[in-house]
Amino acid sequence: MNLSNSEILLSIEDLHASVEDKKILYGVNLIVREGEIHAIMGPNGSGKSTLSKIIAGHPSYKVISGSIKFKGINILELEPEKRARIGIFLGFQYPVEIPGVSNLEFLRVSTNSRRNELGKSELDTFEFEELVTESLKIVEMDPAFLERSVNEGFSGGEKKRNEILQMALLDPLVAILDETDSGLDIDALRVVASGITKLSNPNSATILITHYQRLLNEVTPDFVHIMANGKIIKTGNKELAMDIEKSGYELINKRTKKKEVAK
Amino acid sequence: MKSSAFCRNWLKSLPPTQGDLQKEQVFGRKRLLEKGIPSPEDEAWRLSNLNRLNEFFALPLTIKERSNHHFPEQEKSIKRLILNTNKCILEDILPEGITKLSNREIEENIGNIIKTCNIKNDLAVSINQAASSDLLALRINQNVTQSLEIIIPSVQQQMISTRVIIILEKGARLDLLEVILGNNQSAQNHLIEIKLEANAELNHELISFGQGKQASSLSTLAVEQSPQSKYSLNSLHQGWHYARFEPRIIQTQGDASTTIKSLQVTSAKEQIATHSLVRFEGPNGRLDQLQKAVATDSSHSIFNGSIDVPKKAQKTEAAQLSKNLILSKRARIDTKPELEIVADDVRCTHGATVSQLQEEELFYLLSRGINKEAANSLLLQGYYDDIISNFSKNAQRWNFIEKLIKATNK
Repeated sequence: MNLSNSEILLSIEDLHASVEDKKILYGVNLIVREGEIHAIMGPNGSGKSTLSKIIAGHPSYKVISGSIKFKGINILELEPEKRARIGIFLGFQYPVEIPGVSNLEFLRVSTNSRRNELGKSELDTFEFEELVTESLKIVEMDPAFLERSVNEGFSGGEKKRNEILQMALLDPLVAILDETDSGLDIDALRVVASGITKLSNPNSATILITHYQRLLNEVTPDFVHIMANGKIIKTGNKELAMDIEKSGYELINKRTKKKEVAK
Repeated sequence: MKSSAFCRNWLKSLPPTQGDLQKEQVFGRKRLLEKGIPSPEDEAWRLSNLNRLNEFFALPLTIKERSNHHFPEQEKSIKRLILNTNKCILEDILPEGITKLSNREIEENIGNIIKTCNIKNDLAVSINQAASSDLLALRINQNVTQSLEIIIPSVQQQMISTRVIIILEKGARLDLLEVILGNNQSAQNHLIEIKLEANAELNHELISFGQGKQASSLSTLAVEQSPQSKYSLNSLHQGWHYARFEPRIIQTQGDASTTIKSLQVTSAKEQIATHSLVRFEGPNGRLDQLQKAVATDSSHSIFNGSIDVPKKAQKTEAAQLSKNLILSKRARIDTKPELEIVADDVRCTHGATVSQLQEEELFYLLSRGINKEAANSLLLQGYYDDIISNFSKNAQRWNFIEKLIKATNK
């Protein structure tokens, strides 16, 4: 789906950023519109996770220059909690374990924060349980996980399901899923991928950060971007992803460089 | 004025020795006069704020109290005793299975537990002996079905001195909630002695909340455990300008089980200290101890945890863990495990950690739209959870979770 007339949800312009005084991003440009699914691929250390953390507002990452706009609003000034409330969601590569904090309570408080922003009423414990029971079906998750501490002792697959469950509850406009497919066996991957597909809708957009083609076999992206050395060096469709699977990043990187030289 | 002068003036201000505890009063006062109060060179008091101990001595002893306190409603299955003038509790009708010790029994038992626990020369014990004029002494037998709640409120600008003895007979099982409260410029001077006979079981919950400004508390808990007995302590200490809690637990022949789960939370300029000692006088004893502390602002939290495993205590299994969370650069936490293990066939572990709230945990919550205050509150609640989740529903009526979070979430 390439709806070039639909509304731009996220626009990133010439973004340069660093973490702990180490520069990671060197001019990222990206436009994401309603209804689109983007995939960002690239070798380790190319800046994919950094980009996702910066969009979500992680305090350790510093923007040096450039801009990130969400529906035309500059979000770099906004606290991470505000970004989440207006509809930006980050699915963590390594979901954080929080001992002693009930998963159910955490999900309820988060959901209500987003609902507040949308002008919807807050859900009490009973109302929320109804909602969450429905959402659990999307990721085929055992309700027993609601009673446990946030992500504590969850397997890799359970943690990722819990991330997609949060995405379902928060109903974001832009969901960035950072390596949601890593560490999943083939069955868990299908469940997670089917969850992502079910949650995609014409008013929202999804950015999948991944290393592998296999997630993209399940969720078809409209655009595939290759990131290397802190910027997007190539954009194409799903065939680009297949190309990478065949030839690896190195070759594509070389080809791109050659073209740049030829120019 | 020298520290010992504060103590001497305080002793002068006490009423003349009299009543059932006269001998104890004479002994405690003599001891204090002889030994005086500790100096910073005294290892057990090295970190203690001795100026605040002086302030403790500056408060006159409560003789009579007329009070209208608002406590949470009590459950029917729980017998509530309020210790203020002490006289009123003696008139209370006690539930089945709980009797008061007769004068003769008191005579026979008094001082025994202190002696077994080897604390008759402890300063806090002497201070209590010097001042306490009455005693709540109870015997619990196997027929007891009701739980017991002992509340000790305090009076503004005064010191209250209370002493409790509880003897659990063979096979008796009791749930005991003790609530020690402070008030503006008040002092609690408390001593509780507990004896568990064979197969007895005590689930002891202690909520110790300073509440008012400049509240202080010195309290000693002496527990004597016979073989096959189980003693479990869940305690909370918060809001004291100056507090020192000294649990002393002795397994007289080993082969008993002791569990301690303790949390102390300090803010403002408070200083709260726990000095625990568990000693095994025979083989096959068990100890599971978790001590948690959270310190914010310019407060100071102290833990000293001694475990004694002499040669005769083979096959002892003891685990002690001290976990601490420091929330401000000006706060201070001192934690010191002190294990003395002579027996060679034992399993003893200990550990201590001091950390800050995890930035990644906080960011995870924020990234879900939860505001900073609510996120911190969730994280603190999570940190407190492995202590407070052990407290009974009855104890939770004291709404301590809110108090603990309010004290630390700034």
